Amino acid sequence: MREVHSNGTKKGINIHARRGLAYIVLAIISILCLFWFLLLFINTTRSHSELNQGFSIVPSKYLFSNIRKLVKMGERLPILTGLLNSLIVAGLSAVLSTYFSVMTAYAIHAYDFKLKKFMFTFILMIMMIPTQVSALGFLQLVSGMKLENSFIPLIVPSIAAPVTFFYMKQYMESSLPLSLIEAARIDGSGEFRTFNSIVMPLMKPAIAVQAIFTFVSSWNNYFTPALILHDPKKRTIPILIAQLRSMDWSNLDTGVVYAMIALSIFPVIIVYLILSKHIVQGVAMGSVKG
Amino acid sequence: MTSTRRGKVVSYNKWGYIFLIPFVVVYLLFSFVPLVSTIYNSFFENYRSGLTQIGPTFIGLENFKTILTSGEVWVYAKNTMIMWILGFIPQILISLLLGAWFSDPSLRLGCQGFFKTVIYLPNLIMASAFAMLFFTLFSDGGPINSLLMQMGFISTPFKFLSNVWSARFLVATMNCLMWFGNTTILLMAGMMGIDTSLFEAARVDGATSTQVFFKITLPLLRPILVYVMITSLIGGLQMFDVPQILTKGSGDPMRSTMTLIMYLNKHLFSKNYGLGGALSVILFVITGILSLLVFKLSSRNESN
Repeated sequence: MREVHSNGTKKGINIHARRGLAYIVLAIISILCLFWFLLLFINTTRSHSELNQGFSIVPSKYLFSNIRKLVKMGERLPILTGLLNSLIVAGLSAVLSTYFSVMTAYAIHAYDFKLKKFMFTFILMIMMIPTQVSALGFLQLVSGMKLENSFIPLIVPSIAAPVTFFYMKQYMESSLPLSLIEAARIDGSGEFRTFNSIVMPLMKPAIAVQAIFTFVSSWNNYFTPALILHDPKKRTIPILIAQLRSMDWSNLDTGVVYAMIALSIFPVIIVYLILSKHIVQGVAMGSVKG
Repeated sequence: MTSTRRGKVVSYNKWGYIFLIPFVVVYLLFSFVPLVSTIYNSFFENYRSGLTQIGPTFIGLENFKTILTSGEVWVYAKNTMIMWILGFIPQILISLLLGAWFSDPSLRLGCQGFFKTVIYLPNLIMASAFAMLFFTLFSDGGPINSLLMQMGFISTPFKFLSNVWSARFLVATMNCLMWFGNTTILLMAGMMGIDTSLFEAARVDGATSTQVFFKITLPLLRPILVYVMITSLIGGLQMFDVPQILTKGSGDPMRSTMTLIMYLNKHLFSKNYGLGGALSVILFVITGILSLLVFKLSSRNESN
């Protein structure tokens, strides 16, 4: 492909023009992506009266005062309990989902049994079915089990995560040689021990990627938690956002509103920026492609 | 494989079943049973009228008839589709363009890692918080209006959330922003998979990059494009967080941003399990058919 230049300077100029155009468009699109978060950050540092004066791109010095005011709202908007609740639900979901998805993928990958092909096809088929369509029955089940206002119905179902399973299965095909498991058997290692002490460590990169995805999607989940958690002490961040939205805005400090949004968005952004390389690679790998 | 080995293999293989137990038990309990009971509920009259509980009484397909003839559901289906299409068209166009640029070796774009990181970022943002952010930014006295006024485009604040099309457009913009990075990465993976000798042959024959894109890349990308479209449609049918938070669950102005799942959510909160069940079953059937298409598509790709 490098030979393009030898075709003459005309084509060379053409390439430069196209590259220039690509950079300009990419720069515009990047600005469009980041603009909102920049504005959010700037507005979180400005006070209520400054915000009322209108648009500005100059950060001010009220960041910590806004956060302090938000925390002081206490019962009206229990942000600290909300953060803790979200952290518990998302963290435990990520742990359970990755561990058991590796286990399910391992069952299909390493063993030969009659229902193997059926199970694999079945899991792929249910992968796309949205949780919302069975939410009604789920809600009845949860209230029947007296698990309303409990985190269990938000955490335990993540054990059966078809998308995470599929990713783990793909990863195993490329980097879990069956000969290794054979070798462990010859050394007298039990199947369960082999799984925990050989398979799990080898799957670390895949587990890291999927743990982040599960954590983020659980952290962001609004639909199901809103149906199950009614106790103000049990609410997660997205429910608090909805609560904030339905408050009386005439006597609400706008700086506090921005601080609340910032606290729900920026933790994820920071983690993402640290790990972005793996995440972007993970998206491409997890896609169902030929 | 000798017969003694085979005997050993069989004894190991029971572990396949054992390792599947957690998935199967949790799936059956938390997904399958709820799905069956949702379907079961759809055949019963079961709701609250004030403080009195009506039903449950078996009424066959009455709930489906009520839902499909009420007209409401069609309006919400239309809203959902409009907002999906408004977001999907720019999303797929931008993704195709960026995917083609990123995967074009003759262009040799630098900073690819940076750009991919940036465009994927909105996908991880909490949709409800993002909607809340847009609500404050685009409110009548918000920064966007004051920016537009300072720049002299408008003299009085534009009421973004009181106008049918600007409200829909805001929802579509958020969906597009949140998903185009994901689509770009998927399409790029597909474009990278195309045999490079095809491009080289075309270049030798003197094809321009525009011709290469339309005559080679696009046709070969068709299966992935269809995959992206159907999965995006399944996602679009689930549209909830953004319009729910943006409009405080009202779907205003005049219910023009009310989506199907918002409608379902209303039934779930008012405990109208009959109509909610019927709506769930309809959505299940539609997403089920779409999922089957995706499944067929990806398994055909795999066998090729």
